[in-house]
Amino acid sequence: MKQPFPFSAIVGQDEMKLAMILTAIDPSIGGVLVFGDRGTGKSTAVRALAALLPPITAVEGCPVNSETPAEVPDWAGLDTRRVAERPTPVIDLPLGATEDRVTGALDIEKALTKGEKAFQPGLLARANRGYLYIDEVNLLEDHIVDLLLDVAASGENVVEREGLSIRHPARFVLVGSGNPEEGELRPQLIDRFGLSVEVASPKEIDTRVEVIRRRDAYDTDHAAFMLRWQAEDAAIRDRILTARKGLKELRTPDKTLTDVAGLCLALGSDGLRGELTLLKAARAYAAWRDDTALGRAHLRDVAGMALRHRLRRDPLDEAGSGTRVARIVEEVLG
Amino acid sequence: MADLTAPFARATTALALLAVDPGGLGGLAIRARSGPVRDALVAMLAVLPVPLARLHPAMTDEALFGGLDLSATLAHGGVVMNRGLLADPSALCLAMAERCPAQMAARLALAMDEGRGHLLIALDEGAEADEGLPPALAERMAFSVDLSDVALGDVTGFGPEPEELAAARAALSSVIVPDEAVVQVVEVCAAFGIATARAPVFAMRAARANAALAGREAVEASDLEVAVALTLAHRATQLPEPAPEEEPETPPPESQPDEGERQEAEGEGLTLPDELLLEAVRALLPDDLLARLAGRKARAARGSGSGAAKKGNRRGRPLPPRAGRLGDGARIDLVATLRAAAPWQTIRASASDRAGLHIRTGDIRLKRFEDKSDRVLIFAVDASGSAALARLAEAKGAVELLLAQAYARRDHVALIAFRGTGAEILLPPTRSLVQTKRRLAALPGGGGTPLAAGLRAAMELADHARRRGLTPTVVILTDGRANIALSGEANRPQAAQDAQGMARALASAGVEALVIDTGNRPEAALKVLSDILGGTYLPMPRADAKRLSGAVSAALGD
Repeated sequence: MKQPFPFSAIVGQDEMKLAMILTAIDPSIGGVLVFGDRGTGKSTAVRALAALLPPITAVEGCPVNSETPAEVPDWAGLDTRRVAERPTPVIDLPLGATEDRVTGALDIEKALTKGEKAFQPGLLARANRGYLYIDEVNLLEDHIVDLLLDVAASGENVVEREGLSIRHPARFVLVGSGNPEEGELRPQLIDRFGLSVEVASPKEIDTRVEVIRRRDAYDTDHAAFMLRWQAEDAAIRDRILTARKGLKELRTPDKTLTDVAGLCLALGSDGLRGELTLLKAARAYAAWRDDTALGRAHLRDVAGMALRHRLRRDPLDEAGSGTRVARIVEEVLG
Repeated sequence: MADLTAPFARATTALALLAVDPGGLGGLAIRARSGPVRDALVAMLAVLPVPLARLHPAMTDEALFGGLDLSATLAHGGVVMNRGLLADPSALCLAMAERCPAQMAARLALAMDEGRGHLLIALDEGAEADEGLPPALAERMAFSVDLSDVALGDVTGFGPEPEELAAARAALSSVIVPDEAVVQVVEVCAAFGIATARAPVFAMRAARANAALAGREAVEASDLEVAVALTLAHRATQLPEPAPEEEPETPPPESQPDEGERQEAEGEGLTLPDELLLEAVRALLPDDLLARLAGRKARAARGSGSGAAKKGNRRGRPLPPRAGRLGDGARIDLVATLRAAAPWQTIRASASDRAGLHIRTGDIRLKRFEDKSDRVLIFAVDASGSAALARLAEAKGAVELLLAQAYARRDHVALIAFRGTGAEILLPPTRSLVQTKRRLAALPGGGGTPLAAGLRAAMELADHARRRGLTPTVVILTDGRANIALSGEANRPQAAQDAQGMARALASAGVEALVIDTGNRPEAALKVLSDILGGTYLPMPRADAKRLSGAVSAALGD
């Protein structure tokens, strides 16, 4: 299998790239929803994400990527206490996946050959401390959506079945992509995504030509192309690490908090999740830009992606909620 | 070069290019009924350098991606895995591709994206205009040909010899693509309103393959022409703006072989005017492109074109089984249940002294089916003004009549009344006759005509119904003289504007609509409204209940 197209080589689509970088800086922002037409680089960007993420340290061989040996679940039956670096997991949740594959189930091999009751972890275990990616998320079956909502809310996956009683942590960043024309997404699931971006094909000829050029180079001169862009990816990765450190020292003036609350109030977004996400996203953004204090400029730049999917749908507003957010940001922040 | 206006020649050329660049061109969509013409083309798939795997839309994941081979595992006492069809690079020949469900399309698309050397040959047997490939797949295939109108006599042989194809494959990576070719292709895409970035990528690769096949070292004008004709024509969403009258001597198509013969030193030979490239695509556009585009929009609004689907446990097309409890009319899937129980048998047998099968409730798998969903008729009734009382009585009668019919047809009925300054949901979707009659009897009349508010209530109800798996149809009964705006103020122009805005929103949500004009004279504004809704308009001065329900039945097509 070919290495995925490098993240830094994606032309344009700055908002989508920024949203993904922000979740990499602060995973608690809670995932990205990418909506847009086909052929706009949605899948490419998500598949490229893995190369961008700083590695995590985890106990070797642990099925849920535990950070310390003490956290390794008993059922894993692990002897080793060695901790090693491994790439941040980015797990693909395919649309047709069965419940068993998602949550984990009886280890069939052990059951059949040795008559042992053992747990075989599923995709949720593998995605712990990493990313769970669902392409065409709007076509996901309802019962899998329910399951994801439940796990995403509790951060824990519970499997109860006939003597198999397993709990394991399942904290992951949810990344979804889809084409809204093909099906709607349940509001409950939309709400789980911290940020949302809408992507469209670039309109300028020059940009589009550049897209084709890079893709062509990737296909025909793969090794050289990867070499050239992997360096850029590494630079972004370093910047993400720096931003993570910077995040801790970032000052958040009270004035900004008032701005955040005012903004969400003016938009009438449901619940408080909007405020929290906006604040976190703005902080991550400030850290990314290497600023020391949060200000209105940061809010202005991330308000769209943090809030546009939280508004009540207004059927008369043809311009879409993105424009509405921009207008109100203009009004509130001046 | 073959004449690309003949569909079959187009198909064989596309196939040759696929054989040269199997990994990069995605595949070929063939729209044709099964028959000798299609068989002739399918037989030619043997030129592809990868093995052929046949798929059909009802294929299970296990067959596609592999999984545990339960019977072999039990027999051997060790785990035996099945290899899925997608395990090795192959040409996936998907029969009845128009019936491919979105889930399977998404998974095939994923497999193609991973670049493991799969290419897709989609056999689209759709007969109607609104049957077609899942967009996720159509997007990922470079070529698409329509062989519906090809007679057996038009079938030609396959051009290049296997050695030529092999040589072209070897030379492919060294073919040079001049920079201005990329610009030209992107400009053609823009002119035809092709937004996806995959299209120009495919066009470039097709041009490269064509050059390799012709033994050229660099992509030339003629290669580009073939490439854009094959990869872009079927994706066009608009006709290019007519070029300003600048060159009276537009070079006739005959002149381009000469152009191809010119020296291609430093890409200098690539001087095919953009206009010619546009022409190459335009020549292949179906005559009814605009009509089809209009149709496509309407279809897009309605979803996948396969009708609203809903999952149930009683009838319809089978879906994968899932765990659950018996009861509530659910049917057990015996085979799936046994499969779920099988791995546990050793463990359970050792814990119990009973011989035979050990099946527990957790093993139970239920059958699921996908079915066309029930319809809900949402009546939005104008209860305004003095004449309202008479009309309201008619509407009440019609709803009752329809309810009786709906009972037989399994339709649901909901009732919204709008009057005064707003709309009120009198009856949420129901099939209950008694409840409906009771609520109807209590419906009051009088006040202004807040048409927009009525439409909004209908839309909210339709939205809600759809989320519950029902297919909504909105029936609006009004005299159309909207005079209350959404804000509740009496402002006639604003009210009309709001009503049209709401109608547009309803139409874009893909809700079917029917407008019944109950005024004494047909109202022009209502005709406009019904056009915006994309629905049927029935002028029905003095509608009576029998005629009304007859009209509704007729307009709904049953």
